[in-house]
Amino acid sequence: MTAHPQAILVFVGLFVLVTGGGFVASRLRTVDLSRLHEWGLAGRSFGTLVTWFLIGGDLYTAYTFLAVPALVFGTGATGFFAVPFSILEFPLLFIALPRLWSVAHRRGYVTAADFVRGRFGSRYLALVVALTGMVATIPYIALQLLGMQMVFAALGIRSEWALPGLGVVPNLPLLAAFIVLAVYTFVTGLRGSALIAVAKDLLIYVTVAAAVIVIPASMGGYAKVFAGVDSRSLLLAHGAAGSAGPGFAYVSLILGSLLAMFMYPHIVTGMLSARGGDVIRRNAMLLPAYSFALALIALLGYMAVTAQVKSMPEYAAGFRAFGNNFAVPALFLHAFPPWFAGVAFAAIAIGALVPAAIMAIACGNLFSRNVFREFIAPECSAALESRVAKIVSLCMKLGALLFVVELQSSYAIQLQLLGGIWICQTVPAVLIGLYTRFFHPTALLLGWAAGMLAGTWMAAQLDFRASIYALKLFGFTVPCYAALSALALNLAVSFVSSLLCNARSAGPRIDETLAEDYSG
Amino acid sequence: MSAQPKRRWFHPVYLCLLVPYAVLLWVPLYDRLRPALFGIPFFYWFQMLWSFLVPLAILPVYLHQRRRRK
Repeated sequence: MTAHPQAILVFVGLFVLVTGGGFVASRLRTVDLSRLHEWGLAGRSFGTLVTWFLIGGDLYTAYTFLAVPALVFGTGATGFFAVPFSILEFPLLFIALPRLWSVAHRRGYVTAADFVRGRFGSRYLALVVALTGMVATIPYIALQLLGMQMVFAALGIRSEWALPGLGVVPNLPLLAAFIVLAVYTFVTGLRGSALIAVAKDLLIYVTVAAAVIVIPASMGGYAKVFAGVDSRSLLLAHGAAGSAGPGFAYVSLILGSLLAMFMYPHIVTGMLSARGGDVIRRNAMLLPAYSFALALIALLGYMAVTAQVKSMPEYAAGFRAFGNNFAVPALFLHAFPPWFAGVAFAAIAIGALVPAAIMAIACGNLFSRNVFREFIAPECSAALESRVAKIVSLCMKLGALLFVVELQSSYAIQLQLLGGIWICQTVPAVLIGLYTRFFHPTALLLGWAAGMLAGTWMAAQLDFRASIYALKLFGFTVPCYAALSALALNLAVSFVSSLLCNARSAGPRIDETLAEDYSG
Repeated sequence: MSAQPKRRWFHPVYLCLLVPYAVLLWVPLYDRLRPALFGIPFFYWFQMLWSFLVPLAILPVYLHQRRRRK
């Protein structure tokens, strides 16, 4: 690919300015970052506005900017599931998260696994919740690294460099992205990420506004954009006889994704760092504004179809390397002047960096609280706990790096959907656990194991490159997002074995939480 | 779970929260091209519209809860 010096200059300038600002800003307030709840939860001090930017930062990621439009570009209407999913996220969040915040605040919980430990009195159930959260986040971080790598490639930065003493190093931009992310997370913690999230969102607003106004205008309006797309892919196809059809797959993607999103450690971290339950409730009403922007960004996929970027020789190398994921970078290079393409790419790269950092921090919290302190070193100091969290967050990023190298898919969104299959298996313990302790901890472990095995098996059947598995039920085909069907199995196993366990053990279970802890 | 006896656990206002789910999960309702709005087919603008309607569905519940807390 040809290099774009003007775009690179603007990109590097903005990137250094914003991330540098984050470094400096995180030093302005003197807090003790060697304390876990300072590094990892920013002292539970965030008000409505900062929480809005922080959670918004978690929603606007490489997933939004690259993966969703790429799916719309490649498959049409199905890719739009991200819009109803992100909208329907908020009523659930409004109801359930203030309960979690309240009980976490009263009992000093930092993670969802802490809550499970207290609620069910089972350290092993808490362990699997923590480990599942970590494993499921790795592909999500991988998606962010892939996004950064793609931006570097689109700017025309060579991927192979000859370094003195090392010979030719492949994938250097990816390594660079990884190092920036690692250093950034290590030094600033959650407070730095929240501060940078504000600057990042402003950059993104500018890019989105330009993209959804300038590009359709240059094509002659939205009607022209849609006219350029094959009308068959504009709607969900009707299922053949004996099949629930793509409509059902669409609904299962919505439901699976919204349950998954709620369970991710970084979303829980972001919400627990709020100042109060009311901050979360207000945010549930303010955040859907992001969903509207997400929809406009998703439509960039159709603009890329109509602009026919895939058949342009200058972008052929990009599509060869990244598949349909390259649709938006190609569209930006095609439609924007080079300097503004630089701005847009900076928005995407920082938009991948911030959530990846928050995800890694959340996983660090999980490991140090629920694995290290619980099972390895119960008497460790607060400083050691915080240091372990930082080291684990680094390991998470290394894992993500391996994912990017090993699992190149034509749709980056599959990385996120794969994580969703795993994280959904913690729904019975965490989300349902907020409302009832009918489920027995042993039964929840059994259900979790069944769901994880079934979900991973289905994903493996699809080569980890797709996530809609067609179930055959009594001769009827039901195409369903594997996260949802595995969760159904998980719930069934948990329910039946809870009946058995509850009948056998008459003694009371240990639940350190009280009913009034939940209403803050 | 034993709720406090005086507090009612359920209030009809919570049904507002179910409306967005009932509509958006019923795909045949909006899986169509017409009527278009500003050249955007129905399937797309109808789902986008709900990003404004969901806060309106949450608002009555928010106000109800705030009244109750006082």
